[in-house]
Amino acid sequence: MAIRHGRGVAAINYPTGMNLGGDPTQALVHSTPTGNFMVSLSSVDLGQGMKQIMAQICAETIGVPTERVIVDTADTDTGPHCMGTFASRGTHRAGNAVIQAAREARQVMLEVAAEALEVDAGDLETDGTGNIQVKGAPSKSISIFDTALIAHFKLGRSISGRGMFLVPRSYPEAATGAMKPSTCYAHACTVADVEVDDETGEVTVLSVKNVFEIGRALNPKMVEQQLVGGSWMGISHALYETTEPYYPAREHGPTDFNEYLMPGPGDLAKTEVIVLERPAADGPYGAKGPGEMCANPQIPAIANAIFDAVGVRIDTLPITPERILRALKADGAAAHRGR
Amino acid sequence: MELRKTYFADERKDDLHEIGQPRPRSDALGHVTGKTAFFADRSFPGMLHLKMVRSPHHHARIRSIDTSAAQKHPGVVRILTAKDVPHNLYTILILIQVGPEDEHVLAEDKVRWKGEAVVAVLAETERAAQEAAAKVEVDYEVLDPVLSIDAALAPGAPIVNEHHGRNYYLYDSGEARKVRFGDVEAGFAAADHILEQSYASAPIEHAPTETTGCIVVPEGSGRFTCYTNTQAMFFTLDNTSIILQMPGQQLHMVGGTVGGGFGGKVDVIVEPIAILGAKLTGRPVSFVYSREEEMQISSPRAAEKLVIKDGVMKDGRIVARHVKAYIDAGAYSRHSPYGAQKSAAHFPGPYTIPNVWVDSHCVYTNRTPSSAMRGFGVTIGDFALEVQMDKLARLIGMDPLEFRFVNAYRDGDMKAHRQPTEGAALVECMQEAARAANWPIDERFMAMSSRTREGL
Repeated sequence: MAIRHGRGVAAINYPTGMNLGGDPTQALVHSTPTGNFMVSLSSVDLGQGMKQIMAQICAETIGVPTERVIVDTADTDTGPHCMGTFASRGTHRAGNAVIQAAREARQVMLEVAAEALEVDAGDLETDGTGNIQVKGAPSKSISIFDTALIAHFKLGRSISGRGMFLVPRSYPEAATGAMKPSTCYAHACTVADVEVDDETGEVTVLSVKNVFEIGRALNPKMVEQQLVGGSWMGISHALYETTEPYYPAREHGPTDFNEYLMPGPGDLAKTEVIVLERPAADGPYGAKGPGEMCANPQIPAIANAIFDAVGVRIDTLPITPERILRALKADGAAAHRGR
Repeated sequence: MELRKTYFADERKDDLHEIGQPRPRSDALGHVTGKTAFFADRSFPGMLHLKMVRSPHHHARIRSIDTSAAQKHPGVVRILTAKDVPHNLYTILILIQVGPEDEHVLAEDKVRWKGEAVVAVLAETERAAQEAAAKVEVDYEVLDPVLSIDAALAPGAPIVNEHHGRNYYLYDSGEARKVRFGDVEAGFAAADHILEQSYASAPIEHAPTETTGCIVVPEGSGRFTCYTNTQAMFFTLDNTSIILQMPGQQLHMVGGTVGGGFGGKVDVIVEPIAILGAKLTGRPVSFVYSREEEMQISSPRAAEKLVIKDGVMKDGRIVARHVKAYIDAGAYSRHSPYGAQKSAAHFPGPYTIPNVWVDSHCVYTNRTPSSAMRGFGVTIGDFALEVQMDKLARLIGMDPLEFRFVNAYRDGDMKAHRQPTEGAALVECMQEAARAANWPIDERFMAMSSRTREGL
């Protein structure tokens, strides 16, 4: 009887957005007389930080600091249509809609500034801090605040824009399955190290090293929160969770967090996240959707590491101590296949 | 977290100001200090609470429903049964033309899973609603349940859902969404080794911090404002409009700040019946799942079963992959026909294999309806595929990581669903993982690129 160490790997990809497309999202952007910009959406922030990312995308496109952008979502009276936040689609679909709306608003903003400065709009640039200046002559400039006031009170123009993003729907061919499920894919490779107690069947995940390719890390801190959280969820899925532990008997079904098994803070592995960026051709600033993908590769990597440790395959999730012990008992030679 | 900027550097412009910056989230402080308002933080005078009477059986015929005792319970304002729901038969994805309608908002003739909603009780307090719900008497004739994928597909199995007329979803391609690429039998005939293995999974819970729910306010204008934590505002609005036969213009959904979704709040379950309650009583209505309902009633991730058969050469090339996937939808479709279709598109995983055969089935059983959950249609498939890859590598005596390099898809490779690969980065992820984990692999794999097939 011993504690046995094992290591496993898994590599995966994941499509961005609603499978087969046909999932539109719209955005509206307008300036207010405070010099701020409003982004109106009906997209839902699930806690992952969608509002923040939409603000950064809008700010980048218009050329203002992120704190000058307010995101108003989600209200079906004031926000234009969005299919919803699911299928790793939020950043990709809504982000593209926001870029299109922000570009249109920026164009009007530059035209108003050009009239105020008596120059050509094509000669203007934003300085990223809230001003519009003549390229090559930054002393000739106007603040975006003043530009917003001039547009509204003097020129009678609305600094605003409309954005729309739609991946056309693909219909699978019945006989062959020829189809276009997605326009871009995120990628991952995970290496998991585990210890398995061959007396109790208990698995300790020592470390999980994840490499994720996500197109573009629009906000690295928020990327980190989502990818680390996903990695923990993968561990939980592999080793702990089910709503029906002895199905079809339902009496054991967990009804709260005391009964529903998930890893606690002390059970979580040392987690490493490395991010690669290969921009998606149709992604907002190259971003893909890694929201779902990031919880997947840990599951097979841990399953493979358990085999590497003790020489038994548990091909049914979750991989509980009971299943490991039963497999070891059924297969006395298993340990020789492990390390 | 580390960003490895050396990969694909020539495909990026690093001249951005706001993008790529680790700006603090504007909502973070509100979240961690309890100042963020979620839907349930609202309260309205005269607000009623809705509780469901649920089926205690997996499968049963409803002989009769007696609400008279519940009706008299102090605090009860209104009791709703199937006949109160204008268009009681619905399915969520009818909005994208994925029918047929197959689920009752409130059960009519039958219950098809343990926990199915039968009667809704509206009362002045949660306690009164709960106590009155316990007094509703439903007379059931218990029927044989179908409790597994195998039982559902066995000859002579009881029909779970008469609206389908068979225990699987019928695609235009038949009993499964199919992918056919190359000649899988010829691939097996040429293979050095063949390995067939089965994989399975159990349902899991989304486990959001905030349970599913909504609060509905009937407005003086005749409209209904619904404060909801749905993940999809217009999916909810449009389905509610169909179920209540109410023009969409009368519905106003407000949400967008949610305490965790993970796919669990894409179904449209609480809003239509709560709005109906508000309409029939003229009072605000709150319908919020208890933690027990969140864990045992709301749709979990589907149980799945997969059978993967591969043909592999001694040099590591996979020459044929045959996949049969079965997704247990439970009693109703919800998002499962979509999930099974997504799974068909996902196989054979991120590998270039010349001969691929996939049948992905959406199967009906008397289990709690499953639905969307982070990665559904893919997550369990990836578990099966990547364990299978490990087994194949060991079968031919090859390093499991090197084995994946041999088969990794790269730009220009034709996928089984007949789209050319673009923007691949699997090779680079594996190279970086090998470095990070000190996993020794041959130099020729470290020299590979997703952008070319040269070198290997």
